Amino acid sequence: MSTQTHQFDAVIVGAGGAGLMAALYASKGGANVAVVSKLYPTRSHTGAAQGGIGAALGNKIGDDENADSPLFHAFDTVKGGDWLADQNAARVLAYEAVDAVIELEHMGLPFDRTPEGRISQRRFGGHTINFGEKLAYRACHAADRTGHMILQTLYQQCIKHNVRFFDEFHVVDQIMNHGKSAGVVAIELGTGEFHVFHAKAVLYASGGWGRCWQVTSNAHSMTGDGAAAVFRRGIPMQDMEFFQFHPTGIYKMGILITEGVRGEGGVLINGRGERFMEQYAPRVKDLASRDVVSRAIYTEVSEGRGIKGRNYVYLDIRPETVNRYFAEAGESKRIDAHYIEKKLPDILDFCRTYLGVDPAVEPIPIQPTAHYAMGGIPTNVEAEVVSDANWTVVPGLYAAGETACVSVHGANRLGTNSLVDLVVFGRRGGMNIAKYVQGADFVPLPANPEGEIKAEFERLRASKGKVKPYELRNEMQQVMNDKVGVFRTDTLMREAVDDIGALRDKYLTDLSIDDRGHKFNTDLLEAWELGNLLDLAQITALSAANRTESRGAHSREDHPKRDDANWMVHTLVFREGEGLYPATPSYTIDTEKKVDLSLVAEDQRFAAKERTY
Amino acid sequence: MQVTFRIRRYNPEIPGKDKPYWQEFTLDNVDETDRVLELLHRIKWEQDGTLTLRRSCAHGVCGSDAMRINGVNRLACKVLVGTVKTAKVQVEPILGLPVEKDLLVDMEPFFAHYRSVMPFFVNDEPLPADGRERLQTQEDRERFDDTTKCILCASCTTSCPSFWANGQYVGPAAIVQAHRFIFDSRDRAASDRLKILADENGVWRCRTIFNCTPACPREIEVTRALGEVKLAIRKGSPEGIIKVTEITEKVVNS
Repeated sequence: MSTQTHQFDAVIVGAGGAGLMAALYASKGGANVAVVSKLYPTRSHTGAAQGGIGAALGNKIGDDENADSPLFHAFDTVKGGDWLADQNAARVLAYEAVDAVIELEHMGLPFDRTPEGRISQRRFGGHTINFGEKLAYRACHAADRTGHMILQTLYQQCIKHNVRFFDEFHVVDQIMNHGKSAGVVAIELGTGEFHVFHAKAVLYASGGWGRCWQVTSNAHSMTGDGAAAVFRRGIPMQDMEFFQFHPTGIYKMGILITEGVRGEGGVLINGRGERFMEQYAPRVKDLASRDVVSRAIYTEVSEGRGIKGRNYVYLDIRPETVNRYFAEAGESKRIDAHYIEKKLPDILDFCRTYLGVDPAVEPIPIQPTAHYAMGGIPTNVEAEVVSDANWTVVPGLYAAGETACVSVHGANRLGTNSLVDLVVFGRRGGMNIAKYVQGADFVPLPANPEGEIKAEFERLRASKGKVKPYELRNEMQQVMNDKVGVFRTDTLMREAVDDIGALRDKYLTDLSIDDRGHKFNTDLLEAWELGNLLDLAQITALSAANRTESRGAHSREDHPKRDDANWMVHTLVFREGEGLYPATPSYTIDTEKKVDLSLVAEDQRFAAKERTY
Repeated sequence: MQVTFRIRRYNPEIPGKDKPYWQEFTLDNVDETDRVLELLHRIKWEQDGTLTLRRSCAHGVCGSDAMRINGVNRLACKVLVGTVKTAKVQVEPILGLPVEKDLLVDMEPFFAHYRSVMPFFVNDEPLPADGRERLQTQEDRERFDDTTKCILCASCTTSCPSFWANGQYVGPAAIVQAHRFIFDSRDRAASDRLKILADENGVWRCRTIFNCTPACPREIEVTRALGEVKLAIRKGSPEGIIKVTEITEKVVNS
């Protein structure tokens, strides 16, 4: 089958919030841009984000003056990340968030409003006023579908500005030439044809890889395709050991229940009817950062205090419960069923549809769910991909959003900051690409740029082994849940590296798929995605085993303390050797990349200290 | 429990399967709370990898997996199999768009209609001098809340007999998207959109059949939104058109 070749100044891989923002800004800056996405843009996972986007607007909420500042947001981000976030990046995030959110409003985003007509803001985990003094109202929201509204608004703007889309084109390989980016190879789902996109600049905004785990809030499509593609072409992955487990997924299903439920006053309750977060985070209780709350739930369950002794707890947003705790805290606010209906309509819908539970009258059974990759493709604050501990820029290669690791989230991302990350660093990526392509030439395509990946696809298409992709995927997800989950030990993580390696062997030697066709061959694409997940799962386990401390989302029973003397560094994992799918890949880990501490230099309050909430 | 699926199949690449046909699959160990999407996955993964459909989020927010389940448009990820009270679960592609393969249809005509209604915010007036957000009252924000929920799944449009009869009709989803801007107090292009929708393939193709409203997985009152657009066209502007429920409340309260 023939291959088509296209030429654009810039190719954006992925059409979620980061990709669309980058596409808009690169286009506005004069670049000829193509957005290449395996999904129709409005299907992207940004649309599943619920609770809000953090920005220190300081809009008055009720009686609260909410005297907020980007400096406080930067601090909360650094502390939330357990001091692994690069502080220059945290500063950019917090300060540019304000302008970015205002810009979204100017693009028409229908935020909820305060009685004064300003953007409404709600509380969220870990977001505080004045370095932890009290909870901030910082999460700007549109009911509980903020991500949906961001995705829709950005897609609408792209239509308005005639951005070129290649919908349902799945990027499967990154083309490098002597250390520079030359473009990407994509497969057109509708025909199975390969397309080479020759581009001066490529930006990956291809999302995370939550589907490595069994219980996840992530869409089926969150398979880390972009990250895996660049990793195979010699780009390291940074901080893979830090994967966030969101505390409140619907029991067994993993469907996300926004932290906004707790922001509106909801509380977590154990099998004895106790509000257990009071024990773990005396000041902010249920609104501690996500890693802290997820560990608390695991601890409650493992000590026999789950609901009916099982592995879940309750999230209670019933007005009588919420109002009782408001009164206890001396707060004047009260809520009723109508208020919940207006502020959390989708949450109510999910609970009614999937659990048959009405949260206005019954508590919601929840358990932690694999949610967000803090790690990913290393970039600097300009969204340029860097290839080593010395911040060496890869010419023409960019990344933004969940697939990137700026690192702004450090060891644990705060709620709302994923959406901030998308718009702030997506925008920066787009602006920088517009500038870059004006001065840069096309890097020549190597001979037969699609040959290697095409051969891999033909191998998969013709595979006649004994194992189906779903069997390997199920096993991988089980391994990751059991051995690289909320609590970790050296033995289990080393086992996981080997287990995943064994699955990877079967993937290479004994796989079988049913569909040999070319048109919309989702059987083949799922098999391909499984290969991506296996590679990312293995380096996640490897990076995790290597970090002998507990920090943020990486919590080890055998190294329970944070170790600032040795571990204020990022993990970079590289794959050595040639070929897309070496049978026994060899990995190297580099821990020379130090955390940026530029805020500490200006303000001692940013110095690492014990993390309590 | 055991469940049998009856699925509409079509694969243009395989001789013998290149005309639509029905195929049955039986699954064991099914829970009443399993989503239809999960069970379609089990069929695809365990029995026949060629079964083709779109899906992504699996909890009703991305809009990928609209299909006809027992003759009614639903998102497969929002239907628990226990709520389907028939001996067999029948699954077909949505109607009115060309079928590409099995349950997967060509969405391009649908998105072309969407793009035709200026589905984007227009306001070229100077931004607030303080560099902050435009102000909007809570009431003005509430006015178009319902239609902001649309996820472009096409359930409404492909349940509409007027659309089945004439694919040139922009269809309810596009009108819902236009409504979201027409009734937004900040937007300034309502008259342009009303002009587009007053076209022969615009909102007057709607015969108020109401199929669209129950088809919407987001519980948008689609038919009402279309009615409001019709009223706005007749009046020449969206000004002063209030929701029917508000009228009812006024009558009840007076």
